[in-house]
Amino acid sequence: MHGTELKGWGFLSPTLVVLGFVGIFPFVYVLYLSLFYYNIFSLRGMVYVGINNFRKLMNDPKFMSALSKGLLFVMVTCGVEITLGLAIALLLSKKFVGRGVLRTIMTLPLAMAPVAIGSMWIVITRPAVGPVSYWLGKLGISYDISESALQAFFTTVIMDVWHWTPFVILAFLAGLTSLPREPMEAARVDGAGPWQTFRHVIFPLMRPILVTIVFIRIMDTFRIYDEVWALTSGGPGTATKYVSIHLVRMVLARQEYGYGASMSVFLLYLTIVMCWVLLNLITRVKREVYAE
Amino acid sequence: MQNRRAKLIFIYIAFIGMAVAVLFPLYWTLLVSTTTKIALFEKPIPYITGFVVENYSRPFLTDLYGGYLLNSLIIASGNAALVLALAIPAAYALCRFKIRGREHIFFWLITNRMAPPASFIIPLYMIFSGSVFRGIRLMDTHLGMILVYCIFNLPFAIWLLKGMIDAIPVELDEAAVVDGCSYLGILWKIIIPVAKPSIAVTAVLIWLFSWNEMLFASVLTGTRANTITCGVLKFVTVVGIDWGEMAAVSIVCLIPAAILVGVAQKHIVAGLSFGAVKE
Repeated sequence: MHGTELKGWGFLSPTLVVLGFVGIFPFVYVLYLSLFYYNIFSLRGMVYVGINNFRKLMNDPKFMSALSKGLLFVMVTCGVEITLGLAIALLLSKKFVGRGVLRTIMTLPLAMAPVAIGSMWIVITRPAVGPVSYWLGKLGISYDISESALQAFFTTVIMDVWHWTPFVILAFLAGLTSLPREPMEAARVDGAGPWQTFRHVIFPLMRPILVTIVFIRIMDTFRIYDEVWALTSGGPGTATKYVSIHLVRMVLARQEYGYGASMSVFLLYLTIVMCWVLLNLITRVKREVYAE
Repeated sequence: MQNRRAKLIFIYIAFIGMAVAVLFPLYWTLLVSTTTKIALFEKPIPYITGFVVENYSRPFLTDLYGGYLLNSLIIASGNAALVLALAIPAAYALCRFKIRGREHIFFWLITNRMAPPASFIIPLYMIFSGSVFRGIRLMDTHLGMILVYCIFNLPFAIWLLKGMIDAIPVELDEAAVVDGCSYLGILWKIIIPVAKPSIAVTAVLIWLFSWNEMLFASVLTGTRANTITCGVLKFVTVVGIDWGEMAAVSIVCLIPAAILVGVAQKHIVAGLSFGAVKE
């Protein structure tokens, strides 16, 4: 650490100017807009309504349903991804021929454009074209995500699991290989079985990486838009209209800028709270584990 | 011995299962991109039977998709260049200068990265269409998209580079200061050369994020700066999907990802986890 504060700000200033224009100003502007009634189609123009937009938001069944669907999606998806990812990572942590190949295959979905993933999943799930509905039909299961809300929900879950479980696996694998070897050796010498070693040695040591991955996955699934929009367009009905989709569609279709702004503010507020809670958790867990 | 073999068999079953599960949608899309429209509506055939060039040539040569590819290329490369030019000095400042409220800046950076893009749509739409500042019209321009992707990519790049610059010993800088080198000189002659590989990785990841983004591109561009991801979406929303062409466009959209996985495979997981996970 060296150098004066002023010169440091000098190096930071170009970034602050650009982020000020595309990040901070929009943030302030959306706060300001959220206090107005403002619909492009309305003749009234901008009308100051104070916190009425937020009051309306809290009593808006459509928004609440989108929010709860979004949160349900977060819980189910993250639950499946973390459990499955951890199990597969433990299984693959042994050395075997072809591990490098598998690693490459698993990295592939991580780099793909979400919208292209959505269109890939359309191709495989659409009735009359897709193999999934054809083969399920052979088994006597009618599968059509444009008809069944439940199937649509679980298809979006499976798509996200397909997309991001490889990330969880690779991250856990990296974490597993960087663990110190001595505690595991000691456990084996003491006669601990594989499950006991995992439960009492590996898992406690993995906690920092576990909370970090949970944090990343929660935030990512909460703001999901591209893939789900491409696959289901939020349908059938509103079955997969998660909170980002609800917001964007409402703004684009109805041009409700003031009300939409209050919704944006609410989402940003939720994001900040979740980040704050989870980052504090990460710091605390890290301190506990590394202090031991 | 018996136990070991059983374990290996189990691992290979999981291996094959994983590989098939990951590759199946991709394989099927590739398959559809080589099939005629009529053949698709018959019983699904799980292997490639022929190659319909029109699925690729029509959208990219006669339709507008060639232009979309070019737009994506300009925007992604422009954004990567701009983000690096801004993020390198910023990360250097945050690592090596006493700046009050550094923790708050970091919290702000990470929140910025995690914020739902949808919540920026309204203000950005209004700024871009010129209804906030008269005279600024960024709607449907390459420059506008290059700037807008800074919202998420700039904090990300600073975060990633900060971890890498922190790993460079401060003694190097201090020796240079004693020799009468200016801070800009230190950045240019010491930090950038030492951190070159990390800078390259950051550039690759940012380029990929810009290439893959769809929401902002679909709202803030119209005809002149439409990106390839908007192009993929156009097939979906139009009535009567042309499956072969949609699959072909998706495959082309995924080519850079495949190349980058080949080049920077190890760094993708590290990058996506903000450097928290190192392989």
